[in-house]
Amino acid sequence: MSGPKFPGFDTLALHAGQSPDPATGARAVPIYQTTSYVFRDTAHAASLFNMERAGHIYSRISNPTVAVLEERIAALEGGVGAIATASGQAALHLAIATLMDAGSHVVASAALYGGSHNLLGYTLKRFGIETTFVSPRSPEDFRKAIKPNTRLLFGETLGNPGLDVLDIPAVSGIAHEAGLPLLVDSTFTTPYLMQPFELGADLLYHSATKFLGGHGVAIGGVLVDSGRFDWEKSGKFPQLTAPYAGFHNMDFEEESGTRAFLLRARREGLRDFGACMAPMTAFQILQGVETLHLRMPRHVESTRKIVAFLSSSSSVEQILYPEIPGHPDHALAKKLLPKGCGAVFSFDIKGGREAGRKFIEALRVFSHLANVGDAKSLVIHPATTTHYRMSDEDLKKAGIGPGTVRLSIGLEDAADLIQDLERALASAAKSK
Amino acid sequence: MRLQVDGKSVFAYTAAHELDAAQRTVVFVHGAGLDHSWWGLQSRYFGYHGCNVLALDLPGHGRSDGPPLATVEEMADWVFALLQELKIEKAIIVGHSMGSLVALEFAARHPEKTEKIALVGVAFPMKVSAAFLDAARRNDPAAYDMDTIWSHAPQVPFGGNPNPGMWMYGDTLARLARLAPGVLHSGLNACNNYAAGLESAAKVKCPVLFVLGALDMMTPPRGAQALQEAMKNSNSVRMSSSGHSLMAEAPDATLNALIAFL
Repeated sequence: MSGPKFPGFDTLALHAGQSPDPATGARAVPIYQTTSYVFRDTAHAASLFNMERAGHIYSRISNPTVAVLEERIAALEGGVGAIATASGQAALHLAIATLMDAGSHVVASAALYGGSHNLLGYTLKRFGIETTFVSPRSPEDFRKAIKPNTRLLFGETLGNPGLDVLDIPAVSGIAHEAGLPLLVDSTFTTPYLMQPFELGADLLYHSATKFLGGHGVAIGGVLVDSGRFDWEKSGKFPQLTAPYAGFHNMDFEEESGTRAFLLRARREGLRDFGACMAPMTAFQILQGVETLHLRMPRHVESTRKIVAFLSSSSSVEQILYPEIPGHPDHALAKKLLPKGCGAVFSFDIKGGREAGRKFIEALRVFSHLANVGDAKSLVIHPATTTHYRMSDEDLKKAGIGPGTVRLSIGLEDAADLIQDLERALASAAKSK
Repeated sequence: MRLQVDGKSVFAYTAAHELDAAQRTVVFVHGAGLDHSWWGLQSRYFGYHGCNVLALDLPGHGRSDGPPLATVEEMADWVFALLQELKIEKAIIVGHSMGSLVALEFAARHPEKTEKIALVGVAFPMKVSAAFLDAARRNDPAAYDMDTIWSHAPQVPFGGNPNPGMWMYGDTLARLARLAPGVLHSGLNACNNYAAGLESAAKVKCPVLFVLGALDMMTPPRGAQALQEAMKNSNSVRMSSSGHSLMAEAPDATLNALIAFL
C-alpha cells in the first residue's frame, strides 16, 4: 500500500517553516528587523513569559525570520526543532552548556575543526569541563574513554581536515549503551549528503556560514535536536530532568518531553549567553538553503573532477578524500555518504612547507582565506592557520602535515579550477 | 506527580503545583501514541491560573507503566480510579482525539463526577483505516508517517510553527519513535472499536465544548455532527486553519476556547 508521503527534500528546502506572510502576503521570507514584540495586554505578557502561550518576546530568544531558518533546517534534518546561533562555535557551546556543568567530561574525535579543538581542549577546561580526544577511526576508543562523569560523545561527520568518516551507527551505539547522546558537527556534509539522525546521532549542528549559506556572506550556526534521546531514562542529565530554580523550577523533560533540550537551550542558553542569530543573517542563510539541493551535487561533481586531476599529478603526494579507494574510510564512506563526500578535502604537495606556500600564492581563481563551503573556490594551509595552535603531535593525529593544503571546491567551471591548480603546481615544482 | 492506580505507577503533570481541594480540577487526556506534554501550553496555563491540573499519561504512554488499556471504556474507568485515588470529587475533562472519546465515556458513566467536558478533535465513529491499523500492528514506520501526516493540516510542513523554531512533523515522529511496540496500535484499535458513542452522548447532561479543526484529516468536523446533535448542551468552536493537532497548530486559539468554556 502506498501511504501518504512527506514533502521531498527540495520542496522543504524552499518552503519549510514559512507560508506567505499573513500580514502582507509577501512570498519571500520577510526580515523582521525588530528587537521586541508588543504584548496584547499584561495577561498576554505574563503568559508569554511563563510559557503558557507560544510567541515572540525579544529577538535574543526568538525572532520570526530566524524561526523560519530554524524550522527549515529542522525539517531538512528530520529533527524536532532547531536553534540558530551567532556562529557554528556558538552552536557547539550552546549544546555543551545546556548539557553540562563543571566536572563533566566529553569524549571527542581528535579530528576536529581547530576552533572546536581549542574550545574543548583549552577553553572549556578553564570552566571545569574536560575532554578526552580519541581517534575517529576507532569507535572502541570512544567506549574506552567514557568515564562516570562523561556526558557527551562528539565528532564531525567528516573530520577536519583529513575527512575521517565518523562511524555514526557504531559510535552512537556505544553512546546509547552508556546512556549518553552523540553530537555531530555536520557542516561538511549538510543534510543533502547525510542525515545523521537516521544513522543514530542525537544532536547535530552546522556552521551555517559554510554550505548552508553557501555564499560567504554571513556567519551563523544551527543546533538541531532529534528529540529521540530519552533524558529521563538516561538519568545523567538533571539539567533537563530536575526542577531548575533558574527557570520557575521547571523540569524541562516533564514539561515538554521531546522538546526538553531545545527548551532549556533557548530559554536559558540564548537568554543568558546571548549568542543569537540576527534576522538579516537568517535571511541571508535562507537564500543559500533554498538552493542547497542544486549546489551540493555541483560542488561534489567538480570536486570529483579535481580529485581525479590531482591524483594524476606527479607533484601531489597524497589526497585525503574518502571517495579515493586508498582512503582509510573508503568503504565506510560508500555506506554512509552514497551521494558524495562533500567538496572540502586536503592533499599533500611534494616539497613540504615551501612548496605549499608557492602553490597557494600562485593560485588565481582559488581564494586564500579561512573558510570553506563558499560558492567560490577556496584554499588554505591548515598547519599555519586553522590548526596553528595544535602541537605537532596533535597535528599528526589529525592527519595534517607541513605540506598539507586544504581546498574547498566552489561552483566555477571545473576546467578553470583545474587549470588554476595545474599552473600553481607547476609553480610550486619550480621552487624545489 | 506520581501515584498508584490499579497497582501501577502513573504520572500526571500538575504544572508544579500541589492539588488544592478548594480549586476546580481540569483533567487533560491525550490521544493515541501521545502523552501529557502534548497539552503543554494549555495545561500549564490552567495550572498557573487557579486550577488543579492533571495532564495524564495513560497507561503505557509517557511516564506511566504499561501495558496500554485496550478500550475507551477501560480508559474512562481508569480516569475514574485515578480521581478516586486523589479524592477529587468533580472534574472538567478535556480530551483530544482518543482522549475525547475517553472524556465522553467518562461523562456518561460518572455524571456526578463530571463538571464539564471539552472534546478536541473528536469524531464518532472514530474509524481507523485498515492499512493504518495493519501498519501500526506491525510497528511499521509507515504507521508513524501516516499518523504524522494525517494528524496535521496539509500546510503544516510549509507553515510556520507557532512555537518558534520547532518542526511539528519532527516532534510527532520523535514522540512516536519513543513508544513501546504495540502502543500506537492499541490506541488506534481502541478508537476504531469504540461503539458506544451515541448511546453515551445521550447520557451526557453537563456542558460540552467541541473544538474542531476545519482542516482535520484524522477526524474531519463532519464526523462530530452526530455527537453534536446528541448533546444539546454543547457549543462548538472551529479553527479555520488547523488540522487534528489543534493544541500544537493553534495553541492560543485552543487555549482561548478552553478559557471561555471553563
